[in-house]
Amino acid sequence: MSENYNKHKIYERNGKTYAFSDASLQRIKEIIGRYPEAKQKSALIPVLHIAQEEFGGSLNADIMDYIAGLLNVKPIEVYEVATFYTQFYLDKVGKFVIEICQTGPCLSCGGDDMIDYLKEKLGIDVGETTADGLFTFKTVECLGACGYAPVMQVNTCFHQNLTKESIDNIIDLLRTQANEPKSNDDKWVEKFCLKK
Amino acid sequence: MGRKILLEKINISGIESFDIYRKSGGYSAVEKALKTMTPVDVVEEVKKSGLRGRGGAGFPTGMKWGFIDRKSDKPHYLICNADESEPGTFKDRYLMEHLPHLLIEGMICSAFALEAHTAYIYIRGEFKYLIGILNNALSEAYANGFLGKNILGTTFSLDIYVHPGAGAYICGEETALIESLEGKRGNPRLKPPFPAFVGLFGCPTVVNNVETLAAISPILNMGGDFYSKLGNGKSTGTKLISACGNINKPGVYEIEMGITVEDFIYSEEYCGGIKGGKKLKAVIPGGSSVPVLPADLILKTAAGQPRLMTYESLAEGGFETGTMLGSGGFIVYDEDQCMVRNTLSFARFYHHESCGQCSPCREGTGWQERLLTRIENGEGRLKDIDLLADISKHIEGNTICPLGDAAAWPVSSAIRHFRKEFEFHIQFPEIVKNIRHGNIDKYL
Amino acid sequence: MLRVTIDNITIEVEEGTTILNAARKIGGKIVPPAMCYYSKLKGSGGKCRTCLVKVATTSELDPRPLPKLVPSCSTLVQNGMHVQNITSEQVLQERKAIVEFLLINHPLDCPVCDQAGECDLQNLSYEHGLEETRYEEERREFAPVNFGEKIKLHMNRCILCYRCVYAAEQITNERVHGVLYRGDVAEISTFVENFIDNDFSGNIIDVCPVGALTDRTFRFKNRVWFTKAMDAHRDCEKCSGKVVLWMFGDEIYRITGRKDEYGEVEEFICNDCRFENKNVSDWIIEGLRKIKRSSVISQNHYEKLTKQSIIKPIEGKMEQQE
Repeated sequence: MSENYNKHKIYERNGKTYAFSDASLQRIKEIIGRYPEAKQKSALIPVLHIAQEEFGGSLNADIMDYIAGLLNVKPIEVYEVATFYTQFYLDKVGKFVIEICQTGPCLSCGGDDMIDYLKEKLGIDVGETTADGLFTFKTVECLGACGYAPVMQVNTCFHQNLTKESIDNIIDLLRTQANEPKSNDDKWVEKFCLKK
Repeated sequence: MGRKILLEKINISGIESFDIYRKSGGYSAVEKALKTMTPVDVVEEVKKSGLRGRGGAGFPTGMKWGFIDRKSDKPHYLICNADESEPGTFKDRYLMEHLPHLLIEGMICSAFALEAHTAYIYIRGEFKYLIGILNNALSEAYANGFLGKNILGTTFSLDIYVHPGAGAYICGEETALIESLEGKRGNPRLKPPFPAFVGLFGCPTVVNNVETLAAISPILNMGGDFYSKLGNGKSTGTKLISACGNINKPGVYEIEMGITVEDFIYSEEYCGGIKGGKKLKAVIPGGSSVPVLPADLILKTAAGQPRLMTYESLAEGGFETGTMLGSGGFIVYDEDQCMVRNTLSFARFYHHESCGQCSPCREGTGWQERLLTRIENGEGRLKDIDLLADISKHIEGNTICPLGDAAAWPVSSAIRHFRKEFEFHIQFPEIVKNIRHGNIDKYL
Repeated sequence: MLRVTIDNITIEVEEGTTILNAARKIGGKIVPPAMCYYSKLKGSGGKCRTCLVKVATTSELDPRPLPKLVPSCSTLVQNGMHVQNITSEQVLQERKAIVEFLLINHPLDCPVCDQAGECDLQNLSYEHGLEETRYEEERREFAPVNFGEKIKLHMNRCILCYRCVYAAEQITNERVHGVLYRGDVAEISTFVENFIDNDFSGNIIDVCPVGALTDRTFRFKNRVWFTKAMDAHRDCEKCSGKVVLWMFGDEIYRITGRKDEYGEVEEFICNDCRFENKNVSDWIIEGLRKIKRSSVISQNHYEKLTKQSIIKPIEGKMEQQE
């Protein structure tokens, strides 16, 4: 959120038309069905997640307007929500979004050294994206995995008990996936997750 | 070995699957409740157990259920609060990952008690991998007739859905969670009205923590009276403690409430002592919101009694010399940890997580962080310490939701117990700039 | 009817009355200040915390005090309730702190703010503020923004009362702006386009308790205390047509809704009335608007209405600052 904070940045519509795949539309229909009639706004956060996955990793005004139409809510209602939650990105992000925890328990276990190491390793500062568009590096607040500190999340995948060596391994592994299509199914998580 | 209730079957291989869970006695509480009890019976049983909300507030669960507006002609909702985000807390995640059916079973019994036919699991968005695990478990429960229409041939029907959040600690507060579930910003609501009367979609609603709901089926199986005899006094039963920080064995432990804090930190069964043989400096026993206590006060109360892992014992002495059990997020600091830097990190956390709706929290949390940043960077003045304490005093108690208190307590308690370290940062900025730890005794 | 005692004054009110409205019924000094509550906007209130009061006795049945101060705007009276506002040292202390919180990120730019003289925050700080700030850190800063031709937003001055959001939602039903982001970087914004335009959009200016949303057509033209406020009306298809003309000499400088002593408009007016009818001949003038004597707006006129101030607005110079 704080990185998204733009001191009244006004986003321009890009004029592009967005449309969910049939599979996603089916999924969205099923999600809307979980809530009582006329309460389809409840589906907003799940649908924004799907949109962010499907439309390139981040949201923009056109995507949000499209969703507002789908859920029959005002566009501003979508903007209000999307800007409130930190998992929604309003600016372009890299293929892999690295989010490392900077809260107390991780810090007490060397989390800040890992933050410094990632900066050095990626050659970018917090909030930036590498020139090749592969990595966006963010610090986040508690990921709820304090017993396995230091912790970071790459897209949906948790990496725990970080050391300089494990960070090397993760980054190297991700680099080899640079040209593979990004998939969000559970297999992707299994394949690349270095779970302890 | 202490008694295990929630984690009794954790070591059974494949326990996350329906078949193994069922074979090892799972879902018997659903059978018992739906076939032999009335909803009110279930509420009474939970009341008898003395179970208290495991999310942090420790409010008696049976009493909370008792408030539900049964006269309302609107549908009732049960929401499982799986928005586990309190720094130091990672027990719900562990439960959901390894024992999803224990949660689902508990939710079925609870929904039956509350006469709710729809329930949601609101899970923090970051836990995406858990959504898959939960959805698998839910499908299995549907396939085996424990969810859906006419469960076990009774008139009771229930649907459970998983609903992801998207990165907002505040949504762990029950009314913010409800707002979020309605597709809005996570701004907490004014109470009253309480969710038991006006909750999700304006209907009577109960929001319970994952661990609370997971405890329901064991309670029904063993009986509320039996459960109430476990533990210590009003701290009945067992509690999951997620231990982290500078200890040898971080992880999730189930304790019977009443063991000593010292035993929990040093015994091999639990934390296994301080990492690297260092000295214990401080503990935050209930997640980052609760007051930090220095080693002497966490191990023994001001009156010299051994401190126990119970709601009451940890709170003994009030905030002057005590703290809270909270969510059970047990954060241990060794002698080298810097309390100023740690407090700054929590101040930043609450500043970042404030929804911004009410003024004391919106403005006060940022002020705390900026002041602490200055002190940590060696640019503080001695009067800043009192100013900081004063700011936190005026956030506390003046906000819509408990996030204000949660933001104030770590700061006020750190100043109360570690003032010397704050002063050191201000008086010796050159030394502080070059070290990252808090063992200031070496320099004094 | 319920009996409630506020600062030792007892009154009977109907069930469902809030402490604040009971206090307003009594009137005078014991009325808590309210920056976010607006009786005509559903859902407003509870946020700014300036109206916090102490409940010393909850009700006849439950004589215990409430453990925390409560927002009087959203706490309902119970029979036999005893409330302390200005008779509670704790309430005054905490109110002072709330005012301080509201001001730490405020630019304190009253000398160049069009709201000066009719600003609830200004009044509040006179009454409850500290003489000097204890805040020495950086303040959040936003550039001013135009929401179309008529409305200007100075986000720096906003206290996030949400009134303009409720107003847009409930009066116009064509809401295009809202509170975006969160915490102390939350802001009023349209996210795209920066344009708010519908028949009733001007009301978001009237409901704003501070100088965050101001009338661009009045910008830097004059100070409210140099103008005289005249009740006037016209036949209007869209609204009641009942307004206040803010005049200087024979010229209409600004048109607003008619505000009561708590700063709330009696009726919302349409943009035609507010922006498009600035000739005296457009209006039937009823007479001088009664304004509380304590308000700075009441200075300069009241005694001799025809006498004009010798100070003329220096428009060109003021515009340059924009």
